[in-house]
Amino acid sequence: MSVMQGARYTQSHEYVVKAGDDVMVGITPYAAAQLGDVVFVELPAIGTRLSKGQSFGVVESVKAVSDLYAPIDGEVVAVNEAVVEEPALIGEDAQGRGWMLRVRPADWGQLEASELMSADQYESFAGEH
Amino acid sequence: MGQDNLTTVLAKTPLYGAHVVAGARMVEFGGWTMPLQYTGILAEHQAVRQAAGLFDVSHMGEFEVTGPNAGVFLQGLVPNDVLALKPRQALYTQFTRPDGGTVDDLLIYRVEAGYWLVVNAANIRKDWDWLHEHRIDGVSLRDCSEEWALLALQGPKAEAILTALWAGDMTPASLQSFYWMDGSLSGIPVRVGRTGYTGEDGFEIFCRVAAAPDVWNALLEAGKGHGLQLAGLGARDTLRLEAGLPLYGHELQDGITPVEAGLGWSVKQKPEPYLGSEVLQSQKKGGASRRVVGLRLEGPGIAREGYPVWFGDKEVGQVLSGTFSPTLGGPIATALVWGDGSTATHLDVQIRRQRCLARVVSLPFYRRSK
Repeated sequence: MSVMQGARYTQSHEYVVKAGDDVMVGITPYAAAQLGDVVFVELPAIGTRLSKGQSFGVVESVKAVSDLYAPIDGEVVAVNEAVVEEPALIGEDAQGRGWMLRVRPADWGQLEASELMSADQYESFAGEH
Repeated sequence: MGQDNLTTVLAKTPLYGAHVVAGARMVEFGGWTMPLQYTGILAEHQAVRQAAGLFDVSHMGEFEVTGPNAGVFLQGLVPNDVLALKPRQALYTQFTRPDGGTVDDLLIYRVEAGYWLVVNAANIRKDWDWLHEHRIDGVSLRDCSEEWALLALQGPKAEAILTALWAGDMTPASLQSFYWMDGSLSGIPVRVGRTGYTGEDGFEIFCRVAAAPDVWNALLEAGKGHGLQLAGLGARDTLRLEAGLPLYGHELQDGITPVEAGLGWSVKQKPEPYLGSEVLQSQKKGGASRRVVGLRLEGPGIAREGYPVWFGDKEVGQVLSGTFSPTLGGPIATALVWGDGSTATHLDVQIRRQRCLARVVSLPFYRRSK
């Protein structure tokens, strides 16, 4: 499985990774593979305030609808319009061109919270689920 | 599997091992563990539209109805005309309730000994009980579900693939739509109907349970040069919905009649009364107050089962099936609509908190070019 060292992971299979003053948020390649062909993504508008653990959007495969959950509190500063236009990018490159949101964290300390997993922890977590 | 069982052990088809080896993602469906997908729903869907796909549908139920009154018995249970069946012909119909609602939908094949019924997996017990409850003298019923495997070979290359393995008095090319023939496939005795559930040309192949893996492997081998792919229930659902074919539990239910479901073509004028005939004939003449419509959503959001349908500020329906149509490249759905909804040309589907505009279209969404 491909995980990003330095990234943090939720139990609902979102990743959050530092990018300068912000963080990038998306779903993991493992989650994308589980979903199957992704055909629709709904993401919040720029400026939306996310609260940790709350649903911020949905991702849909042919068969299923899944909620997306915010890994931390923060403000959406950019949305990947390319994945909205071409949801298949999530299956092809979930941690690259398939990113979803760029978020300005309200509290950087939340990134270190114990609910979030390290890459190694997530790798073994996903292996069991 | 025909027995009362308090545990929820899922039934497995004789091809379970083959699915696991092929890397299928298995899911529960109607009490069975079945392949949802192998490589991916979109790729499997396209393979069936453009080349061919092989499905395991062994979970379906098979009943044999024989005896001097078999035809009359069935004629009284379904709205289609069983007595008009020619030897080796098959028809699509429903078991209907006295109020016109649908117990199940099925295929009836005219066979030498009487009739051969193919019913939905989740309804095997329900249908069996229904048949027994209404049985008349001179009719024998036998549930053969556990003796037969059923494979569906579907797509424009299906005939070429079957022909490569076929030996018999008739050829796949000469078999008409909705007829069956006996023969052997790689030397294995099979019964093949020119039927399917995908909107493409294709065949449904019955063989004995023990022979199923050999038939499966022979078809896969013969299909290699034709672009044949294994296809799961995921693709089966997108293919059938594009083709406007109903799925029991969605477009057809105990509370939805075949006429409401848009299957009036299968409700025949026939002299013999049958369960629900009064309601169905009157709905056919006077129109039903509710009907199943096709919806093309204008935006990218996907309507799913149970989502409310609105016309202005009135709730006028509910989505029955919805998916992303691989062929059309956008969302499609069926909905049961009533009141003003049944004559509207545009409706709103409520997707989460948003109302999304949808165009009412006639079914099917997709029709193959001949």
